[in-house]
Amino acid sequence: MMPTPRYIAFLRPIAVAMGLLSTTPSLVAQAATPTELQSGYTAKAGAPAVAARGQQIFTANHGREWSCASCHGAVPTQSGKHAVTGKPIGALAPAFNPERFTDAAKVEKWFRRNCNDVVGRECTAGEKADVLSWLLTLKP
Amino acid sequence: MPILRPCCLVHQVLVGLSTALWVSHAALADDDRRLQLTQLLPRYQQECAACHVAYPPGMLPSGSWRHLLNSLPHHYGTDASLDAATVKQLAGWLTENAGTYKPVRELPPEDRITRTGWFIRKHDEIPSSVWLRPAVKSAANCAACHTRANQGDFNEHYVRIPR
Repeated sequence: MMPTPRYIAFLRPIAVAMGLLSTTPSLVAQAATPTELQSGYTAKAGAPAVAARGQQIFTANHGREWSCASCHGAVPTQSGKHAVTGKPIGALAPAFNPERFTDAAKVEKWFRRNCNDVVGRECTAGEKADVLSWLLTLKP
Repeated sequence: MPILRPCCLVHQVLVGLSTALWVSHAALADDDRRLQLTQLLPRYQQECAACHVAYPPGMLPSGSWRHLLNSLPHHYGTDASLDAATVKQLAGWLTENAGTYKPVRELPPEDRITRTGWFIRKHDEIPSSVWLRPAVKSAANCAACHTRANQGDFNEHYVRIPR
């Protein structure tokens, strides 16, 4: 039997690694734009987003200690501050912070955690669409 | 050598004392360095430093880190939950780099760094009113006074307590 050609022996581990990487989507950032994410939530909700409702959700107290605004600020166009630790939190409005709402997994993680804290449950797709559509109206 | 020459008692006591002081000072500096030297896992920095400073893993014993990672949805009053794979990765790194030397061995109440014996001793000169100042907010807010906490440097030379 012919010995493995050198170039194949070199390429094989790279091919294996690429194959493995493609099967671990959760470890790879799911790049997106804020508008794309909002469209996704709107589609899931089956109804158009309403920015005014989003602002309401964001600033209202939902019967618990914190609102979204408690850490992000009532108009999140500048750095916020964690309500307990005081740690600075980058601006949430995408027009003021280009990193925001560009990674679907990260957005879902923070919606899950923060809605649990603020509302006591997961936010619906409609609520997420509303909030994101309001955040997108905030321009310099 | 002059130091070893049998001499008056006072001289010998002074030499002994200063040597002891030098040794204990070196040991303390060693503690500080051990607390600070661990290179932070990028995942830890990313997932665990969004709301508070990235606490060096050496500041807690591994048992505390395990408790914390098993209770992320109820993390000191907030939901800090993560996916299982990330929790596993962080648990491994944290317990591997956890504090094991004497000052950090017992599990502090509520697994709080600020309630470990060594933290209390290190900060025993700070009046309790300082923790309540708006610019500080709480003892957990290291960066309020430790100006290089975000770089993992807690050396007292870089402490500035805000009014």
